[in-house]
Amino acid sequence: MYRKILVPVDLAHLDALERALKVASDLGQHYETEICYLSVTQSTPSSVARSPEEYEQKLEAFAKEQANTHGRPVSAKVLVSADPAVELDDKLIHAIDDQGADLVVMGTHHHGKHDIIMPSNGSHVAKETNASIFLVRP
Amino acid sequence: METQDPKKSNDSSEGVDGVPAPEGPANLIDTDYQIGQDNYSGRLGGIEIDLHGRVFAISSIAILFFVVITLALQNQVAPIFQGIFDYLTTNLSWVFLLGTNIFLIVCIVLIFTPLAKVRLGGAKATPDFSYIGWFSMLFAAGMGIGLMFYGVSEPITHYGTSVGGTTVEDGVRTDWAPLGAAEGDQEAAKNLAMSASILHYGLHPWAMYAVVALALGLFSFNKGLPLTVRSIFYPVLGERVWGWPGDIIDILAVFATLFGLATSLGLGASQAAAGLSHLFDIPNGDATKVFLIMGITAVALGSILLGVDKGVRRLSEINLVLAALLLLFVIVVGPTLLIATDFFKNLIVYLGNLPALSNPFGREDANYSQGWTAFYYAWWIAWSPFVGMFIARVSRGRTVREFLIAVLLVPSTVSVLWMTAMGGTALELYLGQGVESIKEATLELQLFMMLEQLPLAAITSFVAITLVIVFFITSSDSGSLVIDTMTAGGKVDAPRSQRIFWAIIEGAIAIALLLGGGLEALQAMAVSFGLPFTVILLVGCYAIVKGLMSEPRAQ
Repeated sequence: MYRKILVPVDLAHLDALERALKVASDLGQHYETEICYLSVTQSTPSSVARSPEEYEQKLEAFAKEQANTHGRPVSAKVLVSADPAVELDDKLIHAIDDQGADLVVMGTHHHGKHDIIMPSNGSHVAKETNASIFLVRP
Repeated sequence: METQDPKKSNDSSEGVDGVPAPEGPANLIDTDYQIGQDNYSGRLGGIEIDLHGRVFAISSIAILFFVVITLALQNQVAPIFQGIFDYLTTNLSWVFLLGTNIFLIVCIVLIFTPLAKVRLGGAKATPDFSYIGWFSMLFAAGMGIGLMFYGVSEPITHYGTSVGGTTVEDGVRTDWAPLGAAEGDQEAAKNLAMSASILHYGLHPWAMYAVVALALGLFSFNKGLPLTVRSIFYPVLGERVWGWPGDIIDILAVFATLFGLATSLGLGASQAAAGLSHLFDIPNGDATKVFLIMGITAVALGSILLGVDKGVRRLSEINLVLAALLLLFVIVVGPTLLIATDFFKNLIVYLGNLPALSNPFGREDANYSQGWTAFYYAWWIAWSPFVGMFIARVSRGRTVREFLIAVLLVPSTVSVLWMTAMGGTALELYLGQGVESIKEATLELQLFMMLEQLPLAAITSFVAITLVIVFFITSSDSGSLVIDTMTAGGKVDAPRSQRIFWAIIEGAIAIALLLGGGLEALQAMAVSFGLPFTVILLVGCYAIVKGLMSEPRAQ
């Protein structure tokens, strides 16, 4: 039913992603898909990595780690943004097309009164792409 | 400074074998500091926050304190702030002049050394922005606004004082003419006036920005340190930069940036309001100014929410196009041939007068060199953490040579062209056609008076006022971005709500001071920050050279 699952990952907040990662690996096993772990990071040093390349290496290691738990083929993709706090959604939407993913499993934060200024990523992404979106609430 | 082999393993990374260099070879600094380790992150009243505890808390409290005492005890603190400022620009003017000369020399020499082959972000890094996008952002952040206001009025003012000659009272020169003036000699006075104006918008200010931006870019993109001013001090202070010495440096930078932005927003609103009332007969009162500040802040907020690429970059590009159109228009309908020949003449005169005009010691033209040059330099230096940090952030992937040419030589040349076209046309109207209105108008109206003498004045004046307002918007949003990064311990992906917070604070301080008085007092305070930052920039020069020496060079 699905060929490729895309999982947006923020290595700085892995604890908040636990449920989404679990859902992704379960679905991956069920539909026998590839799972692509995707991050949008900044070009300046961050808490996780001091360069986009270091981030990429960490994400690849993370993807391999995940592959060991669920046994599905994995890939890792890092997108660099000059302003990730703002460009996250757009980068994500492009990546879904570029990667040819047909299912996106993403963790989201609570919907709240600040959605207008700071939309939780899921809803905007869902509107702009043809892939199925599985929003995993915390 | 301990450096690390890119291939060696790094204990501090979790579950990963080696830390790769940035794109292509670069020389990372090995530090255990993790960006954001001193940050407080969590939710406060339903809003996500991620802040450097000490820097954010102390700078917010101190900012609040300064605003409150400026408003409440205006008559007491205004003379103090002004006194500090006067002392700095008179007795310590040599510090600013000498310092900026050093920055300029370091930058120029660097262009011609092999060190200029180093690429920001590693030998194989690719730029985040196109040449046009990059240049328009650094120009808009750097001095767009100053050129709008002073492009006409400085040459006119300096011409007036130069041609008036020198006057001496009690052995002290009381005239404001640059250097030895040029009494009665129109041509010489014009040349002197042009070079004296270009001095404040040419190589020196851009060298200050270049030093801060290059130091920050190098230590952030190549050395892996957080994008905050304290990182420049790593070669000097080592690991101590993560403690209180670094906190103080960042707090100073936050201060200078916020007060600089708030006061220029307030003063700029007054100037824009004067322009609007001149053009459209809109009442030039507090209501108009407050409305302008709120409008500028609102658009800046929108731009912040769109991010650097869709917000600041787009606005800056629009502005660059508008400014280019205005410049082209003045060149075409103004004295075209004169501007063309004057451009080269002014360039030569400027470079010829440069040693004398930038001489820090034994100046006879104290009024000019202290009242104008030292004031400008202090102001530019106080702005440099903001502009420099912003330039650094958009300059990844450029080689040092490319960077210095684009940040130093190209903008300086544009400034010369701008001054030649705007100031030259105004001088030609005044000298050749006897138009007095430009000289007699108040400073903020001189540009409009000049445009009035040319065809299509209604349209060009409207373009000019739009330019002024959009330059303020780009300053406000790039400034909020920079303050947010500094108070978030170098994180550029901190929650967007924090940028909104700073943009609103800027606007609020500007409005409070506009209505309550004290804009000039606080501006004097903000300019005084030029002194500590001169020291910071000197350290920056040392850090740049030391940092570049340990860096592999691009092929």
